[in-house]
This record gives sequence, structure tokens and C-alpha cells, in this order.
Amino acid sequence: MQIYVCVKHVPDSAAYIRIIDNRHIDENITFLLNPYDEHALTEAVRVRDMHPGSEVIAVCLGKEDAEKTIRSAMAMGADRGILILTETGHDSIETALILKTAIEEDGVPGLIFTGKESIDDQGMQTLFRLGALFDFPVVTNVARLEILAEKALADAEFSGGVVKTYEMSLPCVIGAGKGLNTPKYPTVRDVMRSRKSPVKTLLLPDLKIPPAQARMEVVELIPHLQKRQPVEISGTDSDIAQKIVQILKDEAKVI
Amino acid sequence: MIKHIGVIIEQDNGIMKAANLGMITMARQKHTILFALVMDGSAGALKEKLSSFGISTIIEIRLAEDFQDNPDVRAKAVAKAVEKFELSALFGLSTAMGKDLLPRIAAILDGSLVMDCFDVDLENNIAGTSRYSGKTLAKIKVRGPVPVFGIRPNAREPVQEQKSAGIIQFEAVSLDSKLLRVVKRGETGKDSKISLTEAEIIISGGRGMKNGENFNLLFECAQKLNAAVGSSRVAVDSGWVPYAMQVGQTGEKVSPKVYIACGISGSIQHFAGMKTSGMVIAINLDETAAIMSNCDYYAKADALKIIPEITKLLETS
Ligand SMILES: Cc1cc2nc3c(=O)[nH]c(=O)nc-3n(C[C@H](O)[C@H](O)[C@H](O)COP(=O)(O)OP(=O)(O)OC[C@H]3O[C@@H](n4cnc5c(N)ncnc54)[C@H](O)[C@@H]3O)c2cc1C
Repeated sequence: MQIYVCVKHVPDSAAYIRIIDNRHIDENITFLLNPYDEHALTEAVRVRDMHPGSEVIAVCLGKEDAEKTIRSAMAMGADRGILILTETGHDSIETALILKTAIEEDGVPGLIFTGKESIDDQGMQTLFRLGALFDFPVVTNVARLEILAEKALADAEFSGGVVKTYEMSLPCVIGAGKGLNTPKYPTVRDVMRSRKSPVKTLLLPDLKIPPAQARMEVVELIPHLQKRQPVEISGTDSDIAQKIVQILKDEAKVI
Repeated sequence: MIKHIGVIIEQDNGIMKAANLGMITMARQKHTILFALVMDGSAGALKEKLSSFGISTIIEIRLAEDFQDNPDVRAKAVAKAVEKFELSALFGLSTAMGKDLLPRIAAILDGSLVMDCFDVDLENNIAGTSRYSGKTLAKIKVRGPVPVFGIRPNAREPVQEQKSAGIIQFEAVSLDSKLLRVVKRGETGKDSKISLTEAEIIISGGRGMKNGENFNLLFECAQKLNAAVGSSRVAVDSGWVPYAMQVGQTGEKVSPKVYIACGISGSIQHFAGMKTSGMVIAINLDETAAIMSNCDYYAKADALKIIPEITKLLETS
């Protein structure tokens, strides 16, 4: 079985984001593998190891620097990588089309994994579009996955402690949530090995992606600083508790 | 030209979630007529309330019993309603349920989707949302047919506007889902029953709570306040609380009216999930913790002592 994992090269969550020309960010910061994709990879590797003869392929649409993220994916166990080289950003609609085309060009997906969202664009939709293009079922925020002979069972987490178990036909698309597993840090040996694993580079124009009927475009980026002006609440523990209740009542008006 | 806007009403066990009203208020713009899409067979019961917030027509989408809970079937039904009633945009809540439904609808319509919107300008088709884990706000221009907007709960204060809504029954016939089926629905047990993304008040605990047991102090207080309980990643990674309670970059993004942080230092990743809260109150032993300099109120105190005191006060009042 060929298991594809779509990975994204995103700014480090701790990086300071500087906006240039009101629409783009200064990309002179550390980029790395999207955190949710680590869970996707970990699960893909687990499934591969239970199905002899399977391989895990990390697919990434990104700029040249994104090869680092593919290398990280291979250090976490992916057998090989595909980098679809681009110079610009793409919305989720285009991204899904490109990923689909690249996957189809490469092989026959038995399973496709993604993270449930990317921490930069926070779009939460590429996986659903990918599923629709392939006509595969999709479940997001998956916390437990079981691959059976002809179907998959996936537990999806909802707020308020609700868990829904979905049954899907195969192939399917899985959006990994954090509850799915605990990714392991790659060892030095893993990293060394990943340097030698093959990465295929595709050029976007060669994929001949048709134009989409809809488009989402960032027209403005604004820093979200929202500096608050802290006021101290002091006194004994019971004074503090009383003041907090007072604030909830009189100022916030929530009780 | 008058636009028909569809608003997907989200219910929980037959009860309409309060956050719907803010969403309807946001959808009510110049040159719009609002259609509420109701899928849980309670249009009659909601008629009065929806009318008083400016809904002109309620479309009651009837689904076969077996498919009530199936997001694929629900998405197909909504897409059919879009066609039938010539809706030009859709609003839905960016809740856990919405995250499982709205992208499916957008994928079927092959149209735009912006999740977690705090603002939508229908005249220019521009939605305001956050990017880069909440470090920036982004204005997104959507083009193409029937954009879908996922609205952040509590983003807008509900404002009434009296209309008299009629109900139209819409039988979305021959819908099926061969690919996806819901086989079970359950609860994970220890968790706050109130959804984090919709709660008006959230009490969150971090490493300062010291163990899982102490989270009961937060649950007890939350019950009195009708609040939800959240946590930092440390509390999740330590196994004290389930992941569903994590607030932050890799957890829930919340905007309650009040966020009370107990024993949480205020890392950049935690802020990513709660910075859009109305009021932030921090209780921390360390005056120099990051959260103490970026909140509305702070108390340099032991959260394990303050929280039970608050619970006690609420019991007696
Ligand atoms: C990729 C990535 C994603 C991440 N995602 C998230 C995320 O989604 N959410 C998240 O929260 N973190 C996330 N983190 C982790 C984040 O960097 C911090 O490690 C974490 O938020 C710290 O949690 P904390 O505030 O509970 O713990 P600490 O930083 O250890 O702070 C504990 C605080 O409690 C105070 N304290 C101790 N005892 C008491 C007491 N009795 N009463 C009052 N105060 C007390 C201390 O003074 C201290 O300020 C992420 C990190 C990475 C790298």
C-alpha cells in the first residue's frame, strides 16, 4: 500500500512574525514541519509497519527551503519524499489540486494523511478538498485509527468531550489530531539516514494545473498585538477572590 | 441586488447554541435576506427566536433518521439547499462541529471557505480571520460562487431585529453516504461538559495546578460559574487532563468573554489560543510570568487557594 502524507513547511510557532508590504511576512525566520503533520507521519509509519510491503511518501508543496521539512518527515520514518516546487503561496483550493495531481502522478494512494490544520494559514480545509477531488471519505481531528481489511475506523474528537467513531471505505483521508499519538524525536541515525533518502522534485508548471473557479486571497495582514493594561488585584486570598467575583459581576457582567 | 444568505443553525441535543445569534447578527448586512438552515427537526420551536434576530425564512432540511449525524450527508443537503434557494453565501459556526461540516460543504460547492472569521463584509466579500497562530489578523478576499464563512463563536454581540419568519420544508431526497458512516458517539468522561469554543467563561489550569486531582478545584468552580475548563499543553502532556481541553496554538482557539488563567505562564503558543478573549485574569505566583504583563487583571497568588475561595463565595451568594 502506498501511504501519502501531505506535509507543510511552516514558520516556527515561536518565531516573531514581521509583516512586509501589508500582505506578506518576512520569511527570514525558521520554518519547520507543521506540528500536526508530525502526528500524521507517526501514524502513517505505524500503519506501514503493520502492512508489509507498504511505503510512506511525504508530499510537500513549497519553496526550495521546504526540502528541510521533507527531510524531517523522512527522519520520522517516511521512505521518500516529493517536493512540488513553487515560488508563491497557494490557497487551499489550489493546494489540494496540486497535491492530488502530484500524488496521482506518483502512484496509487491506499491512504492519505494530513495534519488537521496548518499552524500558519489555519485553513482546516485542504484535506476535505483533497478527499472531494479523489472521492475519498475524510475525517479530521482523528484521535484513534484502525485500518481493517476493507475499511477504516477513526475516532474524531469534538469539544465537550464528545468522540465520534466514523467508519470509512478505503482509500480515505485522515486529518491527524494531537490525540492520535506521541511523535518520537528522530535519533541522529534517523537524521543521517534521511539525508540519503530520495526526494523527487516536481516543477509546478509541468503538472499543468487547471485554474480553479474560486479563489481566496490575503489582501491585508495586520499584526495582532493587543497589548493589555494589567491592573493588580491584591490583598489576602479571600480579598482577591472577592475582587475577582466582583469583576465578573460588575465589569464583565457574566454572572 | 439583494443577496440570499444561508445561516446554518447549530444545535446540540435539540437546543440551539447561543452562539448562533451573534452569527446571525453578523450575517445581517445591507441588501441581504437571511435564510436559517435547520437540520434537526425543530424549526417550529425556533421560529420565534430566529424571527426576533432577523431571519426571514427558515428552511427545515429533513434528513433520514439514519443520516442525522452524518456530516457528509448534512453537507450534501446544505449544498442542495444552496442550489434550490439560490443562496449566494453561507454562514456557519467555526466550532468543532462546524470544522467537520463547513469544509465538506465548501469542497462540494468547490467554492471558497474562510474559517474562524471574526468579521465578514459581504459587500466586498472580505472576511477577517487570524493567521500565524493568532499573531496576525488577515483580511481574505474570496472570489467565485457561494463562499462559506465559519464564524468564531462570541465574535459578535447578538442584536435583535424583528422579522416574521416563514418555514419551508425541504426534503433533500436520495442522499446517501457510501463512503462515510457514523458508528458510535460517546463521551470521553472527565472533561468539562461545556464546549470550550462556546463558553462565555473559561478557567484554565497549567503546570501550576501541580497534578490532575487539583483540576477538580477548577471543575467545581466552573460548575458554579457555568464556565468551561481549559488547560495549557503542559497539563495535557503530563496526563492530567485530556487533549480536548488544551488551549493554544496546537489546541483550541477560544474567545470567551472572560479567560481566567491559573498557574499558566503565558507562552507565545498559549496566547495563540486565547488572545482574542474579552477579559483575561491571571492568577500566578510569579509576578514576572509573561501572562502577568499582558492581561487585564493579575493576582500574585496561589491559584490552588484562590479558586476554592471563589467557589465558596459563589456557593453562599
Ligand atoms: C509547536 C508547539 C506548540 C505548542 N502548543 C501549545 C498549546 O497549544 N498550548 C499551550 O498551552 N502550550 C503550547 N506549547 C507549549 C508552550 O511553549 C509552553 O511550554 C506551555 O504553554 C507552558 O505551560 P504552562 O504555562 O502551564 O507551564 P509553565 O510555563 O511551566 O508555567 C507554569 C506557571 O505556573 C505558575 N505557578 C506555579 N505554581 C502555581 C500556583 N500554585 N499558583 C499560581 N501559579 C503557579 C508559575 O509561576 C508559572 O508561571 C507549544 C509548544 C510548541 C513548541
